Amino acid sequence: MSPREITSPMSEQEARSLRAGEIVFLSGEVLTARDEAHIRALELSREGRPLPFEMHGRALYHCGPIMMRDDNWKVVAAGPTTSARMDSLETEFLRAFRPSVIVGKGGMSLETLKTMGEIGCAYLAFTGGAAVIAAEALPEVLGVEWEDLGMPEAVWRMRAERLGPLVVAMDSHGRSLFHEVESDVHSRALLL
Amino acid sequence: MYSSAIIEETVVRLLREAECRLPPDVRRALENALSQETEEVPRSQLLVILDNVRKAAERSVPMCQDTGVPVFFVRGRYDVRIEEAIRRAVYRATEEIPLRPNTVDPVSRGNSGDNLGPGMPPVHFEPTDEDHLDIAVLPKGAGSENWSALKMLNPSEGVDGIRRFVIDCVVGAGSRPCPPTVVGVGVGGTADMAIALSKKALLRPLGSSNPDPELREIEGALHQQLNSLGLGPMGLGGRTTVLGVLMEKANCHTASLPVAVSLNCWAARKAFARVHPDGRVRFSQEGFR
Repeated sequence: MSPREITSPMSEQEARSLRAGEIVFLSGEVLTARDEAHIRALELSREGRPLPFEMHGRALYHCGPIMMRDDNWKVVAAGPTTSARMDSLETEFLRAFRPSVIVGKGGMSLETLKTMGEIGCAYLAFTGGAAVIAAEALPEVLGVEWEDLGMPEAVWRMRAERLGPLVVAMDSHGRSLFHEVESDVHSRALLL
Repeated sequence: MYSSAIIEETVVRLLREAECRLPPDVRRALENALSQETEEVPRSQLLVILDNVRKAAERSVPMCQDTGVPVFFVRGRYDVRIEEAIRRAVYRATEEIPLRPNTVDPVSRGNSGDNLGPGMPPVHFEPTDEDHLDIAVLPKGAGSENWSALKMLNPSEGVDGIRRFVIDCVVGAGSRPCPPTVVGVGVGGTADMAIALSKKALLRPLGSSNPDPELREIEGALHQQLNSLGLGPMGLGGRTTVLGVLMEKANCHTASLPVAVSLNCWAARKAFARVHPDGRVRFSQEGFR
């Protein structure tokens, strides 16, 4: 079976069609946001002010890349960061900005999983550290916002060309591969 | 006395090798892991990892965007200019390789942009009276570093307590430190020593035999038990949770049993150089015996 191809932006219906265990490749618009960008976006949203970028239906990428500038910005290395760091901010972020998919590593909390079900969003696990494979699949930088946060924390808007393979690890129907594996690991650990 | 310029050049090259080339012992361990996995999801993770490693080396670019904090271990005759040369090398490597500017003020979170600043980079100096100078670098990413742990056990908990704590650390960290991980364990000393030992342990080649027979036995048992957990590559399930367990020990207070754990992600980066007074330099990614 050849892996499924998906494109950002995508509809809520398509995001809801992604099921845990599937392997996909992602093309289209991808925006990075880590801790600091989440905090700033939420501050603006609470004040009722607009963001300088559109997140609705797009792919949110938990990533702090290494970029290099000659004439244009170029992606040097851009693997995923640990998504769990954003857990305490993600529910409010998802409700406010409604991305269709999150790309990251390590998975997120049950609370975030519940919010993903509420808005129709899937979590796509990308291999941690696969920075060169990621850079290859991100051939174009469309823009950068909030550069004052520093290179890793700024919001980079990039065009993806078959980013992956990505494992649908958490879906909008309440399934999480991470939690299933973790629960098995805990039971086995008790026997050691 | 060593030439500062030679040390600076050596450290820039060490950083480039460590960041762009996975040490051969770690690559072999990952290839071995791939041969153990049968399911599609864990195999897909290891295939991406090995492909990524190959491309990073071919293009001489960092294998992971988290180029970490470069932790240095230096053995030789103390000379403050060694640390100055290391700092200059980190500054240069940040631009030349490039490394991601990772270090910030812990309170304001302001980023200096050059991976330097108070306390950065960390340099562990072990004075010796040998003619050569050994410099090792262990670039440590935050994904794994954030799961470092120390526990002051009750001495009566013994080997079983040590074993239990290491298992709890790996289970607690779960998918987040980018498994399959390398598990560094420091036993004994004072609290600060135990942590330093757990980092130093990560420098030993995977698959090498611990010279201490008791530690060798604990390492072997833990390796097998941790891989029976089923956490798998990137925590998505599978047979390979760790690539190895490496332990170091020091004597401790009779009323203490400190145990520290430092996890390293699959990108277990390290590089070694031996600088001779006549200016000759040898490089290795598995250390010198």
